[in-house]
Amino acid sequence: MAAKAANLQFSTRVTSFVQHTSATYQLPDALPLDSGKVLESAEIAYETYGALNADRSNAVLICHALTGDQYVASEHPITGKPGWWERMVGPGKPIDTDRFHVICANVIGSCMGSTGPASTGPGGEPYAMRFPVITIRDMVRALVALLDGLGIERLHCVVGGSMGGMQALSLAANWPDRAARVLVIASTTRHSAQNIAFHELGRQAIMADPAWAGGDYHTTDAKPDNGLAVARMAAHITYLSEEGLTDKFGRRLQDRDAKSFGFEADFQVESYLRYQGSGFTQRFDANSYLYITRAMDYFDLAEEHGGKLANAFTGTDARFCVVSFDTDWLYPTAESRHVVHALNAAGAKVSFVELSANAGHDSFLLPHEQLDRVVRGFVE
Amino acid sequence: MKNLRPDLAAIAAHVEPGSRALDIGCGDGGLMAVLEGEKGCDVRGIEIDPVLVERCVSRGLSVVQGDANTDLTEYPDKAFDYAILSQTLQTAIRPDRMLDELLRVGRRAFVSFPNFAHWRTRKALLMGGRMPVTRALPVSWYETDNIHHVTIEDFRDLARAKGAVIERAWHFANGRAIGRIGANWRAEFAVFELSR
Repeated sequence: MAAKAANLQFSTRVTSFVQHTSATYQLPDALPLDSGKVLESAEIAYETYGALNADRSNAVLICHALTGDQYVASEHPITGKPGWWERMVGPGKPIDTDRFHVICANVIGSCMGSTGPASTGPGGEPYAMRFPVITIRDMVRALVALLDGLGIERLHCVVGGSMGGMQALSLAANWPDRAARVLVIASTTRHSAQNIAFHELGRQAIMADPAWAGGDYHTTDAKPDNGLAVARMAAHITYLSEEGLTDKFGRRLQDRDAKSFGFEADFQVESYLRYQGSGFTQRFDANSYLYITRAMDYFDLAEEHGGKLANAFTGTDARFCVVSFDTDWLYPTAESRHVVHALNAAGAKVSFVELSANAGHDSFLLPHEQLDRVVRGFVE
Repeated sequence: MKNLRPDLAAIAAHVEPGSRALDIGCGDGGLMAVLEGEKGCDVRGIEIDPVLVERCVSRGLSVVQGDANTDLTEYPDKAFDYAILSQTLQTAIRPDRMLDELLRVGRRAFVSFPNFAHWRTRKALLMGGRMPVTRALPVSWYETDNIHHVTIEDFRDLARAKGAVIERAWHFANGRAIGRIGANWRAEFAVFELSR
């Protein structure tokens, strides 16, 4: 029994250990942006896992979500937590690093090493709100520049969930030669009025925090943590389902037997949200949150292609796989069907499946055997 | 091809190599895999059951979860050389409209269905006075997906009414191909290749 337990521990340690390389790439040229502005001397921080083969044909690019980062399968340097998709990426995992060279880069506008509002601008001061407004396509343009730098002409696959899915679709639409396979999970081709509304709530929470100081909080001792925490709390609700929240918390009270008749976190769900909000402020920059939510709100792939989504994919020879979750009300199945419809109209090779899961939008990050099989089967 | 159901094997044998095909109600992708692997076809599938879709995608096939009653409208005219509908016509809400859609998205269509006029079915109805439960139609009337039972002669009439040309037809009983003579009595299943 003891030997068995020891073995188990050993194998856990082995499988949870993923060899990775951390690097930063300095873009050789100024990055042109959709706004008409340019981003000078941008840097992209990225992680890689698994070896690139001789003809550079086994690269898989994973695009991260709004508050995600490049640490897809390596320990987060601030929180010390395991990679955000470690259950999907690693040796023998559905995206198998024994076979594929996995790249995950921090998007521009973010705050984990790639150039964003907290980076030093031309005047020697942080950009803050002087950072140019960016779009999803700008993020992808920077990723393509990284691929150029790495000498990768065509990805074996580009993968993304949520905002990562938007990037995968944008890459497929605007740089159709750069990926042979496109895997889009729990995502959308445009932000709906409701999506924009929730993001605006978050932005207003940040900007209403006096510590935000017009974005120049680097000049003060305070940070707009309260505003950022509220933004995260509101957004976090949209990532979960009513069913999931009910299962997890119901109306249960937190560390008490009776209601306090006050405004402490009486309910477990309140306590959970407060924890999520304050934890988030430790690892994320408030101005980055403003810029990245803006980029998502501006995203409308059809608009970029003459108002017809099918035009975005005309002549593509990539294979697509689109996955949605039945309890995701942020980017519901209808949005995935919308892109599948357009891909069919464009004659593209597309698969689509709606998976059942009770965790809402966040289901793509959680254990799900069917998702694992779909990802493994498609990426192969 | 050996492991395929006889109607699927007949379809697989007569699809032109290298063609584009849409398998509507593709199940776990058995026919698709044969068409891709052995005939070099470019094949897409539609399947309503998410568990079967997942199985198809896991084996690398391009399959969309969807409802053939509504989703064929997404495909452009003549997007495929073949539209394949196996054992699904009798489950359609409007088989006549589905046949139209097949002949719109495909230059040709393969349709297979269980023949309700098989002698065993006729006997069960005539002698038993109840809706037949047979080897070919194993599910009771109240839980069957087959909401539009059809015979070989019915299908020929529908094809004619729709202006479709019957290019070829195959009939099966006891898992084997049989001749056309008396097929509406003798065949448990039929496969038709149509054009328009």
